[in-house]
Amino acid sequence: MNGPSSPVTTAPPTVPAPARSPGAAPRLRTPRVRASRRHTAGRPRRSVLLTVLTGLVLLYSLVPLLWLVISATKTQEGLAGSFGLWFSGDFALWDNISTTFTYDDGVFTRWFLNTLLYVVVGAGGATFLAVLGGYALAKFAFPGKRAVFAVVIGAVAVPGTALAVPTFLMFSKMGLTDTPWAVLIPSLISPFGLYLMWVFATEAIPTELMEAARIDGASEVRTFFQVALPLLAPGTVTVLLFTMVATWNNYFLPLIMLKDPDWYPLTLGLDSWNAQAATAGGDPVFHLVITGSLITVVPLIAAFLLLQKYWQSGLAAGSVKE
Amino acid sequence: MTTLHLQGAAKRRPARPPAPRNRRSWTGWGFIGPFVAVFALVFLAPLAYSVYLSLFRDQLIGGTTFVGLDNYQQALTDSQFWASVGRVSLFLAVQVPIMLGIALLVALALDSGRLYGKDFFRISVFLPYAVPAVVASLMWGFMYGTRFGLVGDINDALGVSLPDPLSPDLVLASIGNIVTWEFVGYNMLIFYSALRVIPHSLYEAAEIDGAGQLRVITAIKLPAIRGALVIATIFSIIGSFQLFNEPSILQNLAPNAITTDYTPNLYTYSLSFSGQQQNYSATVAIVVGLITMVIAYVVQLRGMRKGA
Repeated sequence: MNGPSSPVTTAPPTVPAPARSPGAAPRLRTPRVRASRRHTAGRPRRSVLLTVLTGLVLLYSLVPLLWLVISATKTQEGLAGSFGLWFSGDFALWDNISTTFTYDDGVFTRWFLNTLLYVVVGAGGATFLAVLGGYALAKFAFPGKRAVFAVVIGAVAVPGTALAVPTFLMFSKMGLTDTPWAVLIPSLISPFGLYLMWVFATEAIPTELMEAARIDGASEVRTFFQVALPLLAPGTVTVLLFTMVATWNNYFLPLIMLKDPDWYPLTLGLDSWNAQAATAGGDPVFHLVITGSLITVVPLIAAFLLLQKYWQSGLAAGSVKE
Repeated sequence: MTTLHLQGAAKRRPARPPAPRNRRSWTGWGFIGPFVAVFALVFLAPLAYSVYLSLFRDQLIGGTTFVGLDNYQQALTDSQFWASVGRVSLFLAVQVPIMLGIALLVALALDSGRLYGKDFFRISVFLPYAVPAVVASLMWGFMYGTRFGLVGDINDALGVSLPDPLSPDLVLASIGNIVTWEFVGYNMLIFYSALRVIPHSLYEAAEIDGAGQLRVITAIKLPAIRGALVIATIFSIIGSFQLFNEPSILQNLAPNAITTDYTPNLYTYSLSFSGQQQNYSATVAIVVGLITMVIAYVVQLRGMRKGA
């Protein structure tokens, strides 16, 4: 994949390079002047071969999504009878969408709203707690800080299932199972979000600015909201997106906690529709499973695309900086 | 897991003037307090409860009795359990290197600045991460289907008969493909973000020394992103041992290939919710957690030692 390993080019760097196989590149020593000029220009030669090779990964990533979009336009008969990566004669997308939302008394609509509730309260709450906590870890020294670190970060390695069963039993004693609380409360904790916000806040908030606000008589709460929070925006968006994905995709926890389909999130609902075909006398609704899947995927992809500037800068500045 | 970074940053702290720290010593708790409170409820309490449960056994006659470490002894000799651990270990050994390798290559390709349409590549390869595991498994499950999936189409079109991806022999590889598809982009982004913060002066120095692209990668880029590589590896190890969603969804399509004890997670789930063996289930979950932590810890130590 790193085939064009020879950075040495014979053409001046500003001229667009013609496609050339890397093997043919003569290994010449680059004159120093040219080397430095090329870097200040910041334009390495583009490589068709590298683009094509990376393109294979791109195809791998996109073809299944393309399959999903195309399949969502087919009727159940069309699904079985036509080639997967091309449209069948009947274009049933709109029909499928409206059936998805109305089938079984509109239970899908209910699942969609549940998911929105879990995402807004769960991911929103998790982000808020992570921002507050990350700010504390980055900007304050307090007793027990090291212990908080050790415990929280250690907990990331604890498998979800080690917790799932006892959490279920605990919540069941507290009367919380089969209620939205059983899904919402555990969603409020994102150790990764806390870690990310902690690293980000360390970088993004100058301590001098906080001191200045305090000298001006601002309370700690006000300093946080008016000085720190705006500076934390890119990190916050990043954490929000990642907690949103985690909540939107949540399956295991609701599977354990919820029996009543009225509280299902989309993931669990789709799974139950899919399982329906396997039960005796069940109505196979594969076209609705597929269209429902598409509807489940679109909001998150849209969020990522719309907010990419923010979350990518947040990720680059915060999460992995050495 | 990421303790090395944390310690590094924690050590930086004492460099600050000590005066304000003493004055506001408890202020930080006002901000981290809410997190810690919820954390205690949803992490620490269940963990403690889990350990408590694992020490008891629910018997038909005599009710719940304290049995000490008997459940652990049972787990250590439970062939079903170890078969599932073996399965995810095999998965870990094969799938994780492939996934991280592809992610690293794409990240390096993006970072080289030699791709046409770089932004399109970056965002497209990342997109599957936004697809819920349930949807990804359903999608791939349909595509795997020889009856009306892509595999069937290819068989018909080319007149061949590809092996069934949902057969017992191939289903683990098929799950590996789904997981790879879901997380290549996520890992790629972690690596790419790490690559982007490498100071450019290092590249300039390397170029003056006449270093080739490959040499720049091995001598500058890879060492610089070691932390990110270790973190991604550890997350992948945890993910492998927690494998649940994908096999659980595919179970509908391949009930003979995926048993209820296929992965440790499926096993604890079925013990607890179908078998009503909650005490033993908690024990199994703890043992898996311990195995995961030991492996993650070893990887962290090894990964970091290379850096020293």
